[in-house]
Amino acid sequence: MPVIPDSAGASAGASAGTIGEERHRVVAEAELAGLDALDRPRSAGSTAGQPGVGRAWSALWPKLAACGLGLGAWQAVVSAGWKPRYVLPGPAAVGRELVAMTTDGTLPRAVTNTLVRAGIGFTVALVLGVAAGSLMARHRLLRSAFGSLLTGIQTMPSIAWFPLAILLFQLSEKAILFVLVLGAAPAVANGLITGADQIPPLLLRTGQVLGARGFAAYRHVILPASLPAFVGGLKQGWAFAWRSLMAGELIVVIAEKPSIGSILQTRRSLADAEGLMATMLVILAIGIVIDGAVFGRLERAILKRWGLGRG
Amino acid sequence: MPYPALDASPAPAATDTAPAPAVRLEAVTKVYGRGDRAVTALDGVDLEVAPGEFLCVVGASGCGKSTLLGLLSGLDEPTAGRREVNGTVGLMFQESALFPWLTAGANVELALRLRGVPRRERASRAAELLRTVHLEGFAGKRPHELSGGMRQRVALARAFAQDADVLAMDEPFAALDAMTRDVLHDELERLWRERNLTVVFVTHNVREAARLGDRIVVLTSRPGRVAAEIPVAIPRPRRIESPDVSELAGTVTALLREEVRRHAGDP
Repeated sequence: MPVIPDSAGASAGASAGTIGEERHRVVAEAELAGLDALDRPRSAGSTAGQPGVGRAWSALWPKLAACGLGLGAWQAVVSAGWKPRYVLPGPAAVGRELVAMTTDGTLPRAVTNTLVRAGIGFTVALVLGVAAGSLMARHRLLRSAFGSLLTGIQTMPSIAWFPLAILLFQLSEKAILFVLVLGAAPAVANGLITGADQIPPLLLRTGQVLGARGFAAYRHVILPASLPAFVGGLKQGWAFAWRSLMAGELIVVIAEKPSIGSILQTRRSLADAEGLMATMLVILAIGIVIDGAVFGRLERAILKRWGLGRG
Repeated sequence: MPYPALDASPAPAATDTAPAPAVRLEAVTKVYGRGDRAVTALDGVDLEVAPGEFLCVVGASGCGKSTLLGLLSGLDEPTAGRREVNGTVGLMFQESALFPWLTAGANVELALRLRGVPRRERASRAAELLRTVHLEGFAGKRPHELSGGMRQRVALARAFAQDADVLAMDEPFAALDAMTRDVLHDELERLWRERNLTVVFVTHNVREAARLGDRIVVLTSRPGRVAAEIPVAIPRPRRIESPDVSELAGTVTALLREEVRRHAGDP
């Protein structure tokens, strides 16, 4: 099947040309395979240098050492007698109280209530943030109109919203969620906008060439391309959400519904320093675990998949 | 499948029986910006590309080579003049521009999907396309796990997935080492013939142009105009180091130098 217009006089050289061509092709194939083998990045798949347990330990011991150091410093301050022990108890006393509050069900109930709130609030913030962010990433006018407002809302201390929230929703679940969403949604939206801004123009052009228009461009190019920055926004959004939630639970104490914040508040009014500090440790732990285990892991997975991270 | 040897340049497009050109640009002008800051990238460019032709476009920096391809592919609109393309245009860049979040196979499949190929056919067709660029078995790899040459071949497979009639290439091998580039020249030539493609290949490498093209168009700089058209009569298969190719490259380089000298007095 001649595919190229053959010029007169070519037929004489055709068979010789074909043989040469065939040999040429075999050589090219072998060369390609050789080049590929030489030039392919090695890192992929060969990261397992140490056995699993050894790696886990080498990641863990600095953290354990830091914890030990912190506890030691705490104990040192207590032992120095800077404040009486009923105001500033030592790690051992707080640890005992932590166990007691966990076994009698106080903490589990409170943590569950708080985390459910956090989950609902963050989900709502996610939906609103993505909607607002997508619109503003796409429409220049909306962005110039609301861009600085968005940043303004994000930098506004969440506690400043509570008086209004309480007027609007009284001392209720809604008041807490309202503030939580206002704290987290702008960060999510900003993450999405930053992500969309950072997409290499070449990828957008490629999307156009391949025929991705309108919604398809979003689905196949813009959203996935902005995902790494977007996860950064999610992480920040979570940090804002968690802070707003703690502030909210301290102020808006709902009867019959114990939460981490409400425990803090009651222990303070009872001058129960041990219970108070045990609860603070729980807040700290939840913050670390969710940031590291959920968002940190998500971020690493995405960076690795995108070929951006240290794998 | 044997192919006829091609030892002469294809028939010029200007004969009476010539089929409709694959691409025709008529007095195409492209101006960026307005007023004092306006920059004329292309100025009255006339260009015809015959179906099945391999056209190389060379020029010094800033001659609007990339602009030309943007217009060809329909990504940009000309400020003045007429653009006529028979069929669809696929575009390839210096960087592979593969989507990093998709595997090699999924990158090719996405092009099929956006073209409306039904889901059940996509995987097999993507595998077939990867085979044509000798990347069988690499469908599951992500772009960052592949070498530069392999990425460009995936991009080539993706361009084929568009089933474009005209393949516009913007210095596609400029970022590769000479060895890989040499092998990919062979590959591109083979695929061009097998698939009866029309190729518009932009490069600043005159040897590459002489190695690949049926015809070489030399563009001037600022504004871009067609300075010369050189038919290439060197028989194929060609080698980039062959004396014929070197000689032609020398001729084209001389033309380009003259062009650059003309701008020596520019501020």
